[in-house]
Amino acid sequence: MGRINRDQLNEIKSRGKGIIDIRLGKTLVDGEKHLMIGGGTACHASRSEPVRDAIKKEIKKRGLSQRCKVIETGNDSFATLAPVMVIYPEGVYYVHLTPDDVDDIVSQHLIDGKLVERLLYKDATDNDKPIPRMMDIPYFSNQTLITLRNLTLIDPENIDDAIYRDAYQGAAKALIDITTEEIINQVKISGIRGRGGAGFPTGMKWQFAAQAEGDIKYVLCNADEGDPGAFMDRSVLEADPHAVLEGMIIAAKAINAHQGYIYCRAEYPLAIKRLTIAIEQARRYGLLGKDILGSGFDFDLEIYQGAGAFVCGEETALMISIEGKRGMPRPRPPFPAQEGLWKKPTVLNNVETLANIPQIILNGGQWYAAIGTERSKGTKVFALAGKVINSGLVEVPMGMPLKNIVYDIGGGIPENKQLKAVQIGGPSGGCIPSDLLDTVTDYEAITGTGAIMGSGGMVVMDEDNCMVDIARFFMEFCQEESCGKCTPCREGTKRMLEIVTKITEGRGEIDDIATLEELADMVKDSSLCGLGQTAPNPVLSTIRHFRDEYEAHIKDKRCPAHVCKALITYIIVEEKCPGCGKCKRVCPVEAITGEKKVVHKIDPEKCIKCGACIASCKFDAIEVV
Amino acid sequence: MKKITLKMWKKIDGIIQRYKEKSGALIPVLEECQDVCGYLPMEVQERISRGLNIPGSTIYGVVTFYSFFTMVPKGRHTIKVCLGTACYVRGGKANLESIQDEFGVETGGTTGDLRFSLDSVRCIGACGMAPAMVVDDDTYAQVSKQNIMKTLNGYK
Repeated sequence: MGRINRDQLNEIKSRGKGIIDIRLGKTLVDGEKHLMIGGGTACHASRSEPVRDAIKKEIKKRGLSQRCKVIETGNDSFATLAPVMVIYPEGVYYVHLTPDDVDDIVSQHLIDGKLVERLLYKDATDNDKPIPRMMDIPYFSNQTLITLRNLTLIDPENIDDAIYRDAYQGAAKALIDITTEEIINQVKISGIRGRGGAGFPTGMKWQFAAQAEGDIKYVLCNADEGDPGAFMDRSVLEADPHAVLEGMIIAAKAINAHQGYIYCRAEYPLAIKRLTIAIEQARRYGLLGKDILGSGFDFDLEIYQGAGAFVCGEETALMISIEGKRGMPRPRPPFPAQEGLWKKPTVLNNVETLANIPQIILNGGQWYAAIGTERSKGTKVFALAGKVINSGLVEVPMGMPLKNIVYDIGGGIPENKQLKAVQIGGPSGGCIPSDLLDTVTDYEAITGTGAIMGSGGMVVMDEDNCMVDIARFFMEFCQEESCGKCTPCREGTKRMLEIVTKITEGRGEIDDIATLEELADMVKDSSLCGLGQTAPNPVLSTIRHFRDEYEAHIKDKRCPAHVCKALITYIIVEEKCPGCGKCKRVCPVEAITGEKKVVHKIDPEKCIKCGACIASCKFDAIEVV
Repeated sequence: MKKITLKMWKKIDGIIQRYKEKSGALIPVLEECQDVCGYLPMEVQERISRGLNIPGSTIYGVVTFYSFFTMVPKGRHTIKVCLGTACYVRGGKANLESIQDEFGVETGGTTGDLRFSLDSVRCIGACGMAPAMVVDDDTYAQVSKQNIMKTLNGYK
């Protein structure tokens, strides 16, 4: 089919109703099964492709191709379980698949209609009880999927699949049914705020750009997701690229732009591949290009590959980078809504923000505003990681307490350890201590703790994490990524890193904390862009909530979490050591001495604190003090 | 150093030609040229400078700003030899030297056939496996002069 109009769009959608109903578990058609195999970057890295190919082959061999369809989705949300597969209509979830499992799935599940028990998800928080259905797994059942609604339901490389799930219906409404004022009004009513981190109201941003004078305007999508450990935007692009394209079409109509760019980091090849396919397919249907859906509105877009610079996630740096220069931020005003790319009025939105827009237009701003807190509306996707049992992408309504995310969805802390803090917002964010775990996911509430909502990184830390060391890690990241244009960020982050490093090495002095705070305030207040303005947050928030740990490092020359190597000593507990000699053999520096069957000793002068002895000791006789 | 062949120059000129009229084309041009040559030596930057009519200093500025660009060729596989204390005392340095001798490559350099780039790293946290070596994404434990070449022969 070539270019389509609105009726034809609806025709495609209605053709897919039966298919989607099967995947939503609503109808049963003669034993028809849809095997949705996860195919995001994490799945591919866990070798999901051989599983996909093997199952396709086996189904064909057994003559089941008519009633069993194998579809690769972009789902890698529960990353630790990859490769995964959901079989609809029953919604059974199989995990950790290998090509060897294919035979059992086909003969037991597809032919005999029996569950393959050993491949089911086992709930580690409930005595490894198997849970067959995906939506009964607490990790999923406690989430609210809007941005990630198509994660397990569509083939991201097939535009028809997306259309079955309402893709481009919001665009049709925006282009044909309602005025540009009404589009902006609905986005304002929805209350959605920028999901890239700063949380600026999207509707207002659009209004400024709409009001700006000029015939040429641009819509940009920021897909330069750079926070270490964060992969929300990558997943959206890999699982549902049409939602982002549609969001950009609607934004373009709202501000009257006809050209757009998606700035995507080159480190995301699969996202770029799927976006490229999506753009080609949308063009073929006339959903991009001239006269979209016969509405008379023109809009097209290109992918622009970032070349690896964290600072290019900052809006002015991103635009300067698209212009082909060193991506260094410039002062604002003028704001991009007045003078952005090529000095033309420009709207820049994050992937997650744009992916929400079609739903907002389709269902109305009120529908979205009903979810969340008074000032933070809708849902937010987080990349939950660290010392938590279930790690992966989680989408929750704004206003959910952190506690619920960590325990109900994340399943709590492994090995019965104590939760110490939750780090939110990556290198721009901060650590929220365990006694503030009732804090809800709300822009203002999180800012109140000294962290920021940020783009969605959420790292859980337990008693074994040293907060000074964490602060040093993020400080090092910011210092390396500082572009060097403004002095406070270039020099300030460097000096702060030196001081924090000195503290972790046991050379801290009592004035260091005050110096850090003073420097941090200066860097925050006087840096040119968001990178520098937020870079001190990890240090400031850890000083605020874990000052005692800093003091222990400085005054007592002690690292309470036993992380900082300069401040710990390895010892052998005499009562426990039978003198087996194992530690002596593995020690790489011959620091351990002792006769067979006699208590051994570690020479602290020689010991490099590598931990090889602890790993080898069967008697727990080696301790870190 | 890897030579830029006549074929490569032709491709580079083709890329420049394609982007010539486009504003903001520098970064995509650099990305595509790096795909062709594997790196962006001065001579390639100068050619792009003339072709796009952009000062060489601007191009050098962009190449050195973004981590994706490199002015030294990278091999198909990256070897990282750990020289953390544990690995160092267990023979990490000798392993590094044997790779240098066998392939005629310096630390930080790349073999003439672009098969390997060689680097040394500070501790990778695998002290119990010392001496350790990482090739691409695979970590190898207890590397020795005896097994090192056998391991590397698996990477073509």
